[in-house]
Amino acid sequence: MDPVVHGIEDYKNVPKQAYFSPYAMNGGTVLAIAGEDFSVVASDTRLSEGFSIHSRDSPKTYGLTNSTVLGACGFHGDVLTLTKILQARLKMYKHEHHSEMSTKAIAAMLSTMLYYKRFFPYYVYNILAGIDEEGKGAVYSFDPVGSYEREAYRAGGSASAMLQPLLDNQIGFKNQQGATKIPLSKEKAVFLVKDVFISAAERDIYTGDGIVIHIITKDGVETENFPLRRD
Amino acid sequence: MFRNQYDNDVTVWSPQGRIHQIEYAMEAVKQGAATVGLKSKTHAILVALKRAPSELSSYQKKILPIDDHIGVSIAGLTADARVISKYLRTECLNSRFSYDRPLPVSRLVAMIGSKSQVPTQRYGRRPFGVGLLVAGYDEMGPHIYQTCPSANYYDCKAMAIGARSQSARTYLEKFLDKFSECNMDELVKHGLRSLRDTLPNEVELTTKNCSVGIVSKDTNFTIYDNNEVAKFLAMIEGEEKSPGAGAEEPAAAMEEEDKAPQDPQVAEPEVAEPMEH
Repeated sequence: MDPVVHGIEDYKNVPKQAYFSPYAMNGGTVLAIAGEDFSVVASDTRLSEGFSIHSRDSPKTYGLTNSTVLGACGFHGDVLTLTKILQARLKMYKHEHHSEMSTKAIAAMLSTMLYYKRFFPYYVYNILAGIDEEGKGAVYSFDPVGSYEREAYRAGGSASAMLQPLLDNQIGFKNQQGATKIPLSKEKAVFLVKDVFISAAERDIYTGDGIVIHIITKDGVETENFPLRRD
Repeated sequence: MFRNQYDNDVTVWSPQGRIHQIEYAMEAVKQGAATVGLKSKTHAILVALKRAPSELSSYQKKILPIDDHIGVSIAGLTADARVISKYLRTECLNSRFSYDRPLPVSRLVAMIGSKSQVPTQRYGRRPFGVGLLVAGYDEMGPHIYQTCPSANYYDCKAMAIGARSQSARTYLEKFLDKFSECNMDELVKHGLRSLRDTLPNEVELTTKNCSVGIVSKDTNFTIYDNNEVAKFLAMIEGEEKSPGAGAEEPAAAMEEEDKAPQDPQVAEPEVAEPMEH
């Protein structure tokens, strides 16, 4: 006899409520590390929705000035609009003040821009990386409504919970007994970023396809692409 | 003589079909320091003579960036120019934001025309007292446009406006055919030479009083001031000014040049022998 699920008839004829959501989850992970005289920001290049992939080559990093790069993931529609408005605001600042915005100023302005939409937020997890006015690496991380803080390293996006503890251990030397705290070099930071993303791609379905790494120094921004697994 | 009855408000026509307030506004442009714009097949440039109100103060900026592909140089009331520039910058930003493409220069200049026309037709307002030379590069290539307080605008191959600019225009007319084939350096040399012709005898072009702005397909609009101008000035060092340069413009040129019906003129008395020696 076929097994019969009792009670399923109770659920088959229930009215289904239609629901439009103004947001969508497009996945992706962003990561930034601040060094002594450099900073590194990287994102994966997969754009997804549910179990579908929209694009394998959609980076989530956006160059703002010669010394600042923004990583932004979450709802891609809001990411695009936010970066467009940011670009316009940067230009307006340049016209008014005859110089580019510093990383610190961009961070403060981004916070106000996000809070402005406190009651219909940009569904975006932002991480800003650059060089501060003293030439040191700077990383600022934000929540969707503009709360922000300067940190040494931060992972955001779908695989952030997997990456952040790893960064705490390797860069912050947390939870290690008797570790020698050696400062992070540019080359080591890039290797770490690659390793960390490879690990994330193994376990997080929304992270993969490839990564874009930007290395920011006082001489400008270098960019590197690196492939990840495509499954 | 009858001008005085019809020149108090911009909303009043004279019997000859002229609006004197607008013409007076155009005089303000002629009072400003000279500026020159010219273009080749590949570049559009502006050169401008900066003025300083006194020995102590800095030289007034003449060339303003508007967007990556457009810059303007101003002659006349600087404050009015700044207001117009702010408007232009906003329009350019909007175009990039909404359509993800730079605003075509011709469209921008048409917007200046539309905006400037409003205060020429409203009681209680005055026309903008500034003329602009707009240099830009878009899909149609390099452009130089001239705008006037009358809200007219002109597409130019080369143009000069401001004090003693007739000398510069004479130079530009002479070499007009050469410009399209010039490279950037040659073009700047022509611009500086034409600007030099507007100078009175004792004054020279220096890094302090000269400004250059250049835009092309691969280069965003860049302004060169102070030390950055030195390399351009070095290119025309030692050259002589054109003969007849720097001559004073005929006063009341406005009345002589146009063909519109003249107001009735009172006969001037004969110039008597000067009493003092």
